[in-house]
Amino acid sequence: MANLNDHMGRPIVAVTGIGVVTSLGVGKADNWAALTSGKSGIHPITRFPVDHLNTRISGTVDFLASSSKGASPLTYELAETAAHEAVAEAGLNSSDFGGPLFLASPPVELDWHERFSLYNSDKQDAGAERLLRVARGLKETDIFETTQFGSIADRLADRFGTRGLPITLSTACASGATAIQLGVEAIRRGECDRALSIGADGSATAEALIRFSLLSALSTHNDIPEKASKPFSKDRDGFVLAEGSGALVLESLEAALARGATVLGILRGCGEKADDFHRTRSKPDGSPAIAAVRAALADAGLGEDEIDYVNAHGTSTPENDKMEHLSLSTVFGERIGSMPISSNKSMIGHTLSAAGAVEAAFSLMTMRESVIPPTINYDNPDPAIVLDVVPNKKRNAEVRTVLSNSFGFGGQNTCLVMAREPV
Amino acid sequence: MSSPRDVVITGIGLVSSLGEGPDAHWQKLAQPGLQPVLEAARFAPYTVHPLPEIDWNLQIAKRGDQRQMETWQRLGTYAAGLALDDAGIKGNDELCTTMDMVVAAGGGERDEAVDAAILAASESRNDRDVLLNEKLTTELRPTLFLAQLSNLLAGNISIVHKVTGSSRTFMGEEGAGVAAVETAAARIRSGQSTHILVGGAFQTEHSDMLLGYELAGYLHRGPWKPVWQRRGAEGGGVVSGSGGAFLVLEQREHATSRGRKIYAELGPVVSGRARRRRGELDTEIAALLSQAALPNGKLLALSGASGAHAATGAEKAALDANPAIASRGFSTLTGHMKEAQFPFAVALAALAVDRKAAYPVFDAAAETPFEGVPATVLATAIGYHQFEGMALVNAA
Repeated sequence: MANLNDHMGRPIVAVTGIGVVTSLGVGKADNWAALTSGKSGIHPITRFPVDHLNTRISGTVDFLASSSKGASPLTYELAETAAHEAVAEAGLNSSDFGGPLFLASPPVELDWHERFSLYNSDKQDAGAERLLRVARGLKETDIFETTQFGSIADRLADRFGTRGLPITLSTACASGATAIQLGVEAIRRGECDRALSIGADGSATAEALIRFSLLSALSTHNDIPEKASKPFSKDRDGFVLAEGSGALVLESLEAALARGATVLGILRGCGEKADDFHRTRSKPDGSPAIAAVRAALADAGLGEDEIDYVNAHGTSTPENDKMEHLSLSTVFGERIGSMPISSNKSMIGHTLSAAGAVEAAFSLMTMRESVIPPTINYDNPDPAIVLDVVPNKKRNAEVRTVLSNSFGFGGQNTCLVMAREPV
Repeated sequence: MSSPRDVVITGIGLVSSLGEGPDAHWQKLAQPGLQPVLEAARFAPYTVHPLPEIDWNLQIAKRGDQRQMETWQRLGTYAAGLALDDAGIKGNDELCTTMDMVVAAGGGERDEAVDAAILAASESRNDRDVLLNEKLTTELRPTLFLAQLSNLLAGNISIVHKVTGSSRTFMGEEGAGVAAVETAAARIRSGQSTHILVGGAFQTEHSDMLLGYELAGYLHRGPWKPVWQRRGAEGGGVVSGSGGAFLVLEQREHATSRGRKIYAELGPVVSGRARRRRGELDTEIAALLSQAALPNGKLLALSGASGAHAATGAEKAALDANPAIASRGFSTLTGHMKEAQFPFAVALAALAVDRKAAYPVFDAAAETPFEGVPATVLATAIGYHQFEGMALVNAA
């Protein structure tokens, strides 16, 4: 008889379904094959003109039906596609999920194409006044729905038959991890036996790219797109904007075993700590990220020496990678030089609101497959960051536990600890 | 029966057109026949309830911090500061660094001038995508992005007030406010947290914030009317208002051990998602009222009704169907504050419980007087478009 409660007497949370979409493809099989062969999904932008832009590459998902229809439709389709894969794998009814929904998705705004078309459908007045007048004459609510922050989750709730009021959340680039954390907490509180946690982001519009670019956050290595994302390298110069989605079916181990589900992994611990230093930079001593890692380990009931692999946030920005190294070396001490730590973002770019969920999906697969995906483009190591980044080639290794980091603007730090087996 | 893990309210931060702080709101709202503060000209044909004059320095000491935000984030950060002050937590490092936070947020303000210039230029350009790149790369203020990001209200609260236990931002109009309060309460009841800052803000005095309603024709037009009396008038019934509401929720034991005044106990918080196109709203509201386990006897209800015809009609019918309920539609006096609406309703409910008195009618034509001391008050937020929630607030 398996132990059904964790070290703190709470229900153990199992993962019984995983879904993922990135620029590398739809589904776990395609993604895993690409990821473990070191393939990059970063490519020149074709979705919109790149005139006047300093960054002309991205990891957009261009192969879905909604890929050219704007951020809200694409985010929905990404979420729906990943969730469908996860729910199917879990063997649950795909229209009657029967648990709550936690969705990490980007903040929504009226798409520029809609803005242009509304504005130019009339000649009277100008600016906002004209938009408002045209708006109140609309007969359809499709455009309205794309501007409501709760609408994507509402549609997903309809589609999958989730229970209750769905929660849509944003903790910037940590959102995907927070969606998982909320699901874990709800199960631990005994509110539900299962939860659907999704991170999805299809918001790589021209304006989004320009906004990050104005903050000097993006790589401008446009010439060889697949080489642009180079976490932990000396010549890293920013992240690559990308899209994707990850979905997990979380279940109490007890409920999963009772219905004979295959347990794909255990969501063992979550930790977070807000940073009060700056809107985009972390406290110079790294203390909030350090506290988040330690909180996740404590929540998981694991010591520093019990983590086999770190799935890094590893964005490829000068700031993140330096600070992540500082935090990890503080927590793990000398052992850090010999622990495998790799960044999926070297291949898929930074999927923003989805990143924490996508990378949790890959972390779970890393344990199941006993293969660590590499950090590609590691040709010019940063001498100040001495890490075993699993350079350029996958590595076969038994991995029992993973720490997955997510750090975001606004002082967001969320870490997840996953395990292959329940204790 | 009180229990150590009860959720109690120990801090209230409020801002609306009526003023700021719980005392100012109580004093205003307790006046029979109070008239709303309205701005009917700036956004005509729409009326809004504007922000009062605020000295941001009182809660956001650094000018540098103020400059990094637009009004929405300043407003939320300010209201959060009021709540922290009220709970005796502001400036207490130990309490702030262990305090959790759930913020209900939409998005921040866009640059209206840049947008208007792009739209104007689009009339004579066919290469609109190129136009967009051209203008946005040269005219956007780089840090404006941070003032627009939903989670940066929480981020600013961390920076300005040093609340750093955890930080989560929920999105989704009124439902975000409901889920924020519900999740915060559940965390405290289960022992996952001892004290949490929860709330939101809405700054309606910006064309995009009005557009967010008006793309589906939700805004009321023409002469202002109380929230219950807009059916049949021009437009969709919603009159919005700028404001913010933050609460400090605390485990009872945690609050009493530090000797804090308790406004009220937060009882059951219930939420739902009616599939309204299938006509489920009436039954959903009835189900929530039943789940909330209303006490026997007369009950005061602080309704967050927006004025949106269908949702407000359904809520009014459900509340009126129970003769024991005396409802108060506070949007009549504050306007609809979207993500902040539910935290605001809970705050007003807590104030009535604490002051041992009901509010007078806000609309004599549609509301009935409540005599006596309200020991329990219902707070509601039935979303103008989607999502529903309620809470019971009990005497401490």
